[in-house]
Parts: sequence; C-alpha cells; structure tokens
Amino acid sequence: MKVAKRTFDAVIVGAGGAGMRAAIQLSEAGLKTAVLSKVFPTRSHTVAAQGGVSASLGNSEPDHWHWHMYDTVKGSDWLGDQDAIEFMCRKAPEVVVELEHYGMPFDRTDEGKIYQRPFGGHMSNFGDKPVRRACAAADRTGHAMLHALYQRNVRANTQFFVEWMALDLLRAPDGRVLGVIAMEMETSEIVVFQAKATLFATGGAGRIFASSTNAFINTGDGLGMAARAGIPLEDMEFWQFHPTGVAGAGVLITEGVRGEGGILRNASGERFMERYAPNAKDLASRDVVSRAMVTEINEGRGCGPNKDHVLLDITHLDPDVINKRLPGIREISIQFANVDPIRAPIPVVPTCHYQMGGIPTNYRGEVVVDGGVVPGFYAAGECACASVHGANRLGTNSLLDLLVFGKSSGETMVDFIKGEGAALQEIPQDQIDRAVARVERLDSQKGGSDVHDVRALMQQTMQKHCGVFRFKDMLAAGVEKILEVEKLVQKTEIKDKSKVFNTARIEALELENLIEVAKATMISANNRTESRGAHVRDDAVDSPETPDGRDDANWLKHTLWHRDANRIDYKPVVMKPLTVDTIALKKRAY
Amino acid sequence: MANRTMKFQIYRYDPDKDAAPYMQDVSIEVDATDRKLLDVLVKLKAKDDSISFRRSCREGVCGSDAMNINGKNGLACLTDIASLKEPVQLRPLPGLPVIRDLIVDMTQFFKQYHSIKPYVINNDPAPERERLQSPEDREELNGLYECILCASCSTSCPSFWWNPDKFVGPAGLLAAYRFIADTRDQATNERLDNLEDPYRLFRCHTIMNCVDVCPKNLNPTRAIGKIKDMMVRRAV
Repeated sequence: MKVAKRTFDAVIVGAGGAGMRAAIQLSEAGLKTAVLSKVFPTRSHTVAAQGGVSASLGNSEPDHWHWHMYDTVKGSDWLGDQDAIEFMCRKAPEVVVELEHYGMPFDRTDEGKIYQRPFGGHMSNFGDKPVRRACAAADRTGHAMLHALYQRNVRANTQFFVEWMALDLLRAPDGRVLGVIAMEMETSEIVVFQAKATLFATGGAGRIFASSTNAFINTGDGLGMAARAGIPLEDMEFWQFHPTGVAGAGVLITEGVRGEGGILRNASGERFMERYAPNAKDLASRDVVSRAMVTEINEGRGCGPNKDHVLLDITHLDPDVINKRLPGIREISIQFANVDPIRAPIPVVPTCHYQMGGIPTNYRGEVVVDGGVVPGFYAAGECACASVHGANRLGTNSLLDLLVFGKSSGETMVDFIKGEGAALQEIPQDQIDRAVARVERLDSQKGGSDVHDVRALMQQTMQKHCGVFRFKDMLAAGVEKILEVEKLVQKTEIKDKSKVFNTARIEALELENLIEVAKATMISANNRTESRGAHVRDDAVDSPETPDGRDDANWLKHTLWHRDANRIDYKPVVMKPLTVDTIALKKRAY
Repeated sequence: MANRTMKFQIYRYDPDKDAAPYMQDVSIEVDATDRKLLDVLVKLKAKDDSISFRRSCREGVCGSDAMNINGKNGLACLTDIASLKEPVQLRPLPGLPVIRDLIVDMTQFFKQYHSIKPYVINNDPAPERERLQSPEDREELNGLYECILCASCSTSCPSFWWNPDKFVGPAGLLAAYRFIADTRDQATNERLDNLEDPYRLFRCHTIMNCVDVCPKNLNPTRAIGKIKDMMVRRAV
C-alpha cells in the first residue's frame, strides 16, 4: 500500500514529561522535530504524579547527590546500573532548577527556595535518617511539571501531532531505525514519519493489571512496537505496587501523605510498619511497605467488613497542613473513597503503579542491544530502562528520570543529527506493509474475540498470577494462560468500522501492545527464581548466602526478553559508577 | 447498592455514516462498583464499541472527559451516578464543532490558550539556582495553576459561543492572569496590551457560568476581574 510520508530531523513518540523535555532540547537547537501523542500533551499520565521530584538541593537541611545515589542503589536492591544512577542523581539539581526557570510553580520555603518534603527511602548520610529531598508543588507536582514543560514547548514552537497513534517502528535491514508509521485518530489516515533520530517516550503499561493507578492510555505502545521490531525488553518482571491506591477505585494517594506525617494502621489501629521497618517505618521503600500491608491483610488484620485493606491516617495532622500541602488528596479521598481525611482515615491497598523495566538504554538515552547502540533509536522515561530503578523505584525518582533522561536523550539526538552518522534512508516497503496489515486484519476480522473481554482476561490473569507476592506454580500456570490470551488478541474483532475517530480500533491496537508487555512480564517473572526488590517468590530461600531470597551469585544480572520465541538472555549489572566508588552489595533493611 | 438499570440519552453522530446527529436511548445495568459516570460509559462502550468519547486518567486531573451532562458541563470521571436525574442526557461540549459523538474539535479553544503566551517571560540571565519567590507570592498562583484545560468553562460561556475566534474565554484568561500574577514574570505590560481589545478580554460580562461548572472549583471570573482592574489602574 502507498502511504504518505513526512520527513523530520527527529520524531518523538509520546508527549509526557520525558518526550516534552527532550522536545525542548531539539526545538531549541533549531531542529525540525515532530512530537506525536495519542492525547493532547497535558493529558499525558505525568499529569497524575503527585508527591514530588527528587533533587539534593538541601533547601531545608544538608543533602548530597551521593546520598541520593546511595538511596537509589539500595532502593533498586542493587539491580540498578550505578553509572546511570550516579548520572541521574548528579544531574538532579540542574534539571529541577531549569524546570523552576521554565515557570514550574513549586511550593516555597520561608526563604523563597523550592519546598522539599520527606519521602520513602530518602535518607541523609548513606541511610542514616529521613531527609527532605522531594521538591513539590502541593500534591500536584506532576500536573504542574507537565504544564510547565508544555508551556516551554509552546514558547519553543515545537510541532505537535495531537491524537496520532504510532503503529510501528520502521527499521532498515541493518537495524538502523528510520522513523515510525502512525495513524491520525480523527481521520484514520496512515502516515510515515521519516526521521534521522527517533525517540520513544511512550510511558508505562500499568494497564496490564486489573488494579492499577495508571490512566487508560498507559498501554505500553512503545514497548509493543519495540518488541515487534526485534528489540528485547529489559527487567520486565519488576513492577512497583504502590502501597496506597484507594481501595476499590485504584486511584493514587501520594507517598507525600506519609512524608507529611501520615501513618498506616491495621484493624486494631496498630502502626504496623514499626514491626517491618523499625528505622524508616512508614517511609520505607515502596516494595517493603506494600508487602507489609499484604502480609497484614493475609494474616487477618485487614480493615473493613471484608478485612481487605488497611487505613492511611492523617487525622492527627493540622487541617491547615492538609489543605495547603495535600489539597488534591483531600479531593480524591472525598471523590473516590467517600472519606474526608481531616476526619477519618483513607482505605488503601497496594496497587500496580510503575514499570521498572523497559527498552534497554544507556544513560545517554541510546537504545542498546547486544552491547551495541541501535543507530537512530532512543528511549526515555517509563518506557525505557536505563536502568536507574532496578528492582524497585524510589518515590519521586520517576519525575526525575523524565527530566534527566528526557534532556540527555535530547542532547544525544542533537549531536547525532548534527554529526556524520545521521542520514535519511529509504524505508523498506515490507516495514510499512507490516503495520498496514495489522490495521487491515483488524478491520476485516469476522467472528473474532471481543476486545473488552480479552483485555479483562489478560488483566485478571496478570493480577492473579503475577502480583505483590509470587508463587512458583502460579507463575508457571500464568505463562501458559497468558500465551492462550495472546491467541485471542490475534483474533480481536471490532464492530465499529468508521474512519472517524474510531476509539474501538485504537483500543484493539493498544491491546496488541499490552499483550507484548504482559508476556514479557510473566515469562521474565517465571524465569527469575530469586526474590529481589518488587519481585518476591515463595520458592526463593532466605539463607546467609541469599538474604531474603536475593541470590547475588546467580541473579545479579538484567533479564532481556525477546519476543522471538520468548527467548531470555541476560546482561551484567553495571556496578562501576562514573566517578565514585561502587556502592557495595549488602542486605537491604530500612 | 443493588443492581439497577440506568437510562441514558446519548448524542450520536458519525459523519462517516450519519446524515445528521440524533439522540440515542440506551440503558445499562449498574452495580455497586459503578460510582462515576465514566465507569458507566466504559460499560456502555463494552456493549456497543461505537460510542465515542475521550478519557484518560479517570481521576479529574487530565481533563479529557469533559462533556455536557444533563445540561451542565463537567467531567464524567468526577460525576457521581447517584446524583444524576434519568434519563441522563449526554451531549458534547456546546459551542465547538463535533468530530463524533461526545468528541469535539478543541482547536479554537487551544488557539485562544496559546494566544496569551502561556509561559513565564523573564529576560534576565538564568541564575545558577532557583529564582526566589516568597510563600506569599507563590500563594497568588493558587486557584490559577491548577487548570486542567478541560474546556468546561469556555464552552459554557455565551460570550465564547458567540465569538470563539475573538474572545479569549475563561480558561485562556485564567491562564493569562496566572502569568501576570507570577512574580517571576516580567511581561505584565505586554500581557495587558495583548488583552486590551473590545473582544479578547472585555467580552466577559460576568455571567459566571465558568465558575459554576469548573470541576476544579477555580474562579475564572475573579481572575478576569483582576485583569480588568489592572487595565483601569494602568489607564489612570
């Protein structure tokens, strides 16, 4: 099929925090840049981040990027690459100050500096005691950030293609990335976006789970496209379950609530985190808190008629603090839990929140496969795995990731485009036909499976077989089941055949991306026979050599899942930072 | 709450096959887990995949699912179904061209937002650290920066219906004042010049529909009043 073609220096897929931060770099360098987004940029999921963005500014008490680095390595359960982590933590003050200069309405200290609050796993002096490192705009930090980044792009005249869905990555026979093929949602027109450099900033895929804090749009489109184009996905077994999703609704309640003094309580009113993390208590790492909560519920100390949640209590806080620092949380609690947190505690449960794994990159944002850079291809933000979050992400490091790696990938792309190696190459017809064929299959499918039903089946399978605690036999059965679901995904049928803003077709295409992420997750989780960070299995033995089931002798390595035959291979964790000494392996305790 | 049947009348229009828009009667079984209008819309779409609407965060921060609900603009994800009189009438936001069903073309709305230069203008060399701002000065931005650009306000405003190309509208003017009120911004005069026009600002006749519908409880009319005051003070 003949498809229209447009040509740019750079194409960015995704207009959340990472995509828009990269776009600033490219637009301000005077390069012809297209940013494609399924939604108007300020509707991207970055908007829902609440608590803060971390940077060792030290505005309220002494802090240091090296302490931030230590916390991040420890939080990652030593699976994070220490070169990338050093890079991110050192860059944090610079990118946060830049954001302030862009107009970000941060809260302020009495001296007029950026306000900082405590957060889970943020400690001073290499794990000593909690430190104020999370830079916040009330409890709407993501919203304020996304709007500030969009506004800066308006100033920079960035060219947005709003409500365009990318379909597939386009590659040359030698592997170089040549751009993407995409569909305009309003007209269903399919267009090739040819570029010298292509960045994926497509966000996570939290919608593979039934219970998720994620927006409907978080369907892992970049991961699906990368997997179909032969790029492996790294560390997909690691998913963060945020401790405090509103029970029943899944809507996020920021960790900043605990940063401001909120306490988790079980049915008898006990502050149970004191038993699990005597030092950090409610501000331990998210994986630790989520497991403690599920243990309380499993052992019969849950709250409510079904004993199926715990309570997040801020009734002891000054109502003025709640109204000033946590106004959005009060709104959400009233809207989604029928509770005014000034008067009564909020019912919460661990809820799928963040994908630690993704498209393998280095800290310059270049996609790396088999030890080499894929020419012309970059990834940043939640869809990428740099890897700074390793087996468990620290709260506020996601917004930092967007800024640091959005900027660094943008800088790398500018250098690449202006350098010798960049060129516009002819796009092989088979690459275009492959994407068009997927759309044509969907439009002509008869007697197929229902998109809504298949998606629900996938989400329930992931939730049941691959949750906060994982079991050997459930994982093995989960692999079989998810491969069955995949067969249904290949035969989805839509009744709506309209060419005009066909959201049924978009949802079917999104499901084809979700299933790639679901397979990668289940198969990688089944394969990793240790416990580390957010991945905890019943058959991983706690011993002196393998504390809490973490088996460094055999499993201190990144998983790489390949779509082709569901093959798994590995690459080593980068233990050597850029300038400082390695943060040595040790048992993780809070 | 036991299961019950809810009745809806939904505005339907697919230019690919419909000669004209029509209201479609539909009903659906709802249960205790369905709290918000968006929950029910998702259920309706599972039954009939051609019903078209925008949605994303489902918690009132992304601004995707604004629509006209029983005659009043609001977000589907923040509207309790228990509060709705049946049959629930759902229409696209008024005053903007309809693309399909509940999806409107927001080009004009965003054009007006862009027209006020929605970014901090400060021509001093960027300092090493953050620009300082007192907590009191920062507080001036509360009630302004929280806008989610859902367009509920502008599309409830008769002045915007009449002159969407000339009147900036409540959302754009709220954003204009957000930058005027920011102590870091140096372009107040330029911003006031940009609005000094019979239409851009002064078509606001304080009807206050915008205040009535804002799902974030913001007050564009107050912000517009402050800009008008500044215009007057500047003139004398």
